[in-house]
Amino acid sequence: MKSHLLPEFRVERDYSRCDNCKVCIKQCPFDVHYYDEESGKILSRDELCSGCQRCVVYCHKNALRIIPYKAYRPNEYWKEEHIRDIKKQAETGGIILTSCGSSREAKVYWDHILLNASQVTNPSIDPLREPMELRTFLGRKPDCLELEFNGDDVEIKTELYPNLMIETPILFAGMSYGAISYNAFKSLAMAAKKFGTLFNTGEGGMPKDMREEFKDCAIVQCASGRFGVDPEYFNYSAAIEIKIGQGAKPGIGGHLPGEKVTATISSTRMIPEGTDAISPAPHHDIYSIEDLSMLIYALKEVTNYEKPVCVKIAAVHNVAAIASGMVRAGADIIAIDGFRGGTGATPKIMREHVGIPVELALAAVDQRLREEGIRNKCSIIVGGGIRCAADVVKAIALGADAVYIGTAALIALGCTMCQRCHTGKCAWGICTQDPKLSQRLNPKVGAERAYNLLRAWSLEIKDVLGGMGINAIESLRGNRDHLRGVGLEDWELRVLGIKGAGE
Amino acid sequence: MLRDPFMEGVRKLEEIAKKVRFEDNTAKIDAKGLTHKELNDLIRMCAEKGAEKIILKNVCGQRYIGTRLFLPKKVEIEIFGIPGNDLGMFLDGHRIVVHGNAQDGVGNTMNEGEIVVEGRAGDVVAMSMRGGRIFIRDDVGYRTAIHMKEYKDKVPVLVVGGTSQDFLGEYMAGGVVLLLGLNRNRHLANYIGTGMHGGVIYIRGKVEKYQLGKEVGIVDMEEKDYKRVESLVKDYLTYFKPKFDLDEIMGERFTKLVPVSKRPYGRIYAY
Amino acid sequence: MPPFCAGDCMINRVITDGRVNKEIQACAVFGVMDRSGRRFGGKMIVEAMKNMKVRGNGLGGGFAVYGIYPDYKDCYAIHLMFEKEEAKQRVDQFLDMNFDIIHDEEIPTNEEANVSDPPMFWRYFVKPQKKGKDKKLSDDDYVVDKVMKINTCIDNAYVFSSGKDMGVFKGVGFPEEIAEFFMLEELYKGYIWTAHSRFPTNTPGWWGGAHPFCILDWTVVHNGEISSYGTNRRFLEMYGYYCTLYTDTEVIAYAVDLLMRKQKLPIEVVAKIFAPPMWDQIDRMEEKKRKFYTTLRMVYAPLLINGPFTVIIAHHGEMIGLTDRIRLRPITAGEKGDMLFVSSEEAAIRAVCNPDRVWTPKGGEPIVGRLKEVIS
Repeated sequence: MKSHLLPEFRVERDYSRCDNCKVCIKQCPFDVHYYDEESGKILSRDELCSGCQRCVVYCHKNALRIIPYKAYRPNEYWKEEHIRDIKKQAETGGIILTSCGSSREAKVYWDHILLNASQVTNPSIDPLREPMELRTFLGRKPDCLELEFNGDDVEIKTELYPNLMIETPILFAGMSYGAISYNAFKSLAMAAKKFGTLFNTGEGGMPKDMREEFKDCAIVQCASGRFGVDPEYFNYSAAIEIKIGQGAKPGIGGHLPGEKVTATISSTRMIPEGTDAISPAPHHDIYSIEDLSMLIYALKEVTNYEKPVCVKIAAVHNVAAIASGMVRAGADIIAIDGFRGGTGATPKIMREHVGIPVELALAAVDQRLREEGIRNKCSIIVGGGIRCAADVVKAIALGADAVYIGTAALIALGCTMCQRCHTGKCAWGICTQDPKLSQRLNPKVGAERAYNLLRAWSLEIKDVLGGMGINAIESLRGNRDHLRGVGLEDWELRVLGIKGAGE
Repeated sequence: MLRDPFMEGVRKLEEIAKKVRFEDNTAKIDAKGLTHKELNDLIRMCAEKGAEKIILKNVCGQRYIGTRLFLPKKVEIEIFGIPGNDLGMFLDGHRIVVHGNAQDGVGNTMNEGEIVVEGRAGDVVAMSMRGGRIFIRDDVGYRTAIHMKEYKDKVPVLVVGGTSQDFLGEYMAGGVVLLLGLNRNRHLANYIGTGMHGGVIYIRGKVEKYQLGKEVGIVDMEEKDYKRVESLVKDYLTYFKPKFDLDEIMGERFTKLVPVSKRPYGRIYAY
Repeated sequence: MPPFCAGDCMINRVITDGRVNKEIQACAVFGVMDRSGRRFGGKMIVEAMKNMKVRGNGLGGGFAVYGIYPDYKDCYAIHLMFEKEEAKQRVDQFLDMNFDIIHDEEIPTNEEANVSDPPMFWRYFVKPQKKGKDKKLSDDDYVVDKVMKINTCIDNAYVFSSGKDMGVFKGVGFPEEIAEFFMLEELYKGYIWTAHSRFPTNTPGWWGGAHPFCILDWTVVHNGEISSYGTNRRFLEMYGYYCTLYTDTEVIAYAVDLLMRKQKLPIEVVAKIFAPPMWDQIDRMEEKKRKFYTTLRMVYAPLLINGPFTVIIAHHGEMIGLTDRIRLRPITAGEKGDMLFVSSEEAAIRAVCNPDRVWTPKGGEPIVGRLKEVIS
């Protein structure tokens, strides 16, 4: 069948600059560039280009430009994307697969929220000179402390729940070894360890050689596929996360295609090489909220009640009620992933049409837990499209304890959001298991970039806090007085629990 | 207000220690009136104190027996009564014998060891099991051996004396399931092996093609299959002493099911 | 001012409540029946529910008991909860206008019980006093109509039980606490007991929100969350059932009322409406059966209950256990002599007796207990 598909990008090469060095050919995993003997020039197959910009960055002559290409007559209803997708499905009969987070047009609530600063009535604080505290504890807190005084000595009688201590309210979100390369996985682990925060193994297990070194900064996931899950995995961790869903594809499972299940992935996930690693849509031991409780306590049992248990869900319609149930089921931390959340592969229909914005979900969950008097029984982590330190600050002011960053962390490592993770050919060595590609990412350099991002955002958060006259992050948490909305309708302000600007 | 029925009323170890009786290397625990956590507290305490065998009396619904034993030394647990859900979940090399029925989730995500149930078991038996062996004397419920998986020499084994309900071996990615169908003229389960992409299921007795999922195929039993089945049947006979003998069991027809592909869902996507 | 508003207020209420979210919940269920009709106390079921404590979270527990009011067995026993004193005055006035009140009394409760903020409980034993166009209605339909009026039109009053010679007792707490509060072990004997322990994912903290849900002598206790709720609810609305509580259980109770009481379908058929065979199974059936199941699915498609559920449905003479068609929620049945048990877990049955046999039917296959002979 002749393909009717048109290229999505145009490769423009300035032949006056190109010196035929062929770096572009070597760098492109999609085989876009090739050397044409006859003309003695490098030519391009535009239709294969993902727009990842790898060749542009590595072209030492700056001879290349990769430009998005819209071909069809503009139509506000039948968009370019609809036409392309229909043609693709007419040729394949398959579900359209994509990756990264939703790129559709939908209101970004972060951008409609503005932050406050102190003027006259109370002083702003200068974060350059004065202490600014971002240390955060994640986990269940008791309602009160029972103390016993013996003269000058004081004993805490209350039995405390295990808590995690992090030095900045930013954690790396769950991305499995398998979805991302070993080098990308390790880069994040190293950065988290150095900065005093946590990374999340995702559902692909923890490589044996990393267990001892990174056990104190790893949140290990227990997902529906139970890959690489054994008692040692759980016990070599800071916390355990039950992954129920993720923002990019709420309600469905996924699978790591057999060709990505290499020898090391196979040993980490404990499945044979070359078999599909299928994650079922639900956990087959959780069909109901009391079953979630059963798994939470199973995990507490297997770790001798020494680790907090986090439950991660996608932000969906009844998120507040669900979150309440999760806390009541024994979750110490709840993680909510908004519909902008990324992934290494998802059916496009799920990514673009299922789930709700995390801003609204977070506001609703925090409010509900407070109304029920159980907000202190858990910590809230939100993720799914946190793009900058301002988003972090707004999330915390809406009620989050911390945020997960996934996409932003990968961009720090080199990702350009070309949305081709599912092909396994990531030119930046991130979402690939091809050793030739993954070696492009040096974990030491990757760790440095990820660490720098944490540092930069933490500094920015401190700046904003200082401006508000706050010197400890806990005073921002749930402090919606410091937020105002612009361009929002009444129901949106009500759900967010914030006033309009000027009110 | 938040009430946690799991932790509510859990007593300190000192208060319930009288429920334990130590004799040589055997500990006996009277589980009557103990909460889920209390019983597991005591089991762990016994294991840490060096018990080699732990006998539980009057068990009635307590969950996770054997789960909190991520310890180098392995023990044998004998259960009288009915253990609760997730018996031997994440089990790490210990052995559990139940003198009676078990509920849902037997051997859930079990790693190593052996579970023997002298009765029936509920749903999702051997879910995501990755090693060790489970023997169930009678029937099992829905979604048995769902997503069981193997890696190299870790090949989980499940033997069921009776039959199973629907979705046996769904998503199975490795391991061995043997369904003996004793006391039955035919198996009733539907959707056997849906999404299966690894491992093998042996079914003794009649099973129709329509009862199988799209992703499995019937292949001929080979000599090594008969050998493997026979050795498991021998263990079954040793454990349960049923009224059947080896020849009677091995004389019946066996169906061997294996996945058609290691990649069952590769073709439904457009890249 | 009349003690209740005009008939159309029910619809108004539904429209204004259209944005209310349905409750999401799960739980433990247990039912026990003596098929010989012998009546027995509540100790057994309370012990069974205690055994499954971790399946609930203390935000709701309740019981339905059959055969508890032999002295008034020809009267509808209306159980009401009042959150305000004046609500009772309005209800008294309303009942007086529409029924012969044979007897009424406060439902005895134990003040010492560990429950928080109980409302006031009252029971009325009544006989219909039909007037005007209501005369055309059967007694049962008349009672349903009046119960709906109270529940939708009189604030702070809620009828939670309305059958003859049976009663529902429920509230906020673990089941054993509710039993203690209503002194079920001491005061009542019945031949069917069903019970429910709730694990709601939200907490209205409202006593009426607990289970069982009751319409006449039909009660439902339910575990699971129904994904087809919106479809089921909007279909039932066409038949005049308005879901005021926004629980899955209410939808099942109305569907049972419609199919079993009004349309007189036997449970064996109703089970196949709620939990029909898959199309690939139907396609393999012999022609007559295939046609029957095809027609059943076609006609009653809006009442397919999709998503996980286990229900125990009871009415006089019958107790039924049923799960969804792929059994996403557990059920175990047990038998000892004339006693039939249905439970979320086998351990709960074994906690109260040593059964002759236990079994678990396939998803969608009902467990039915019937009285051996009708008790007079």
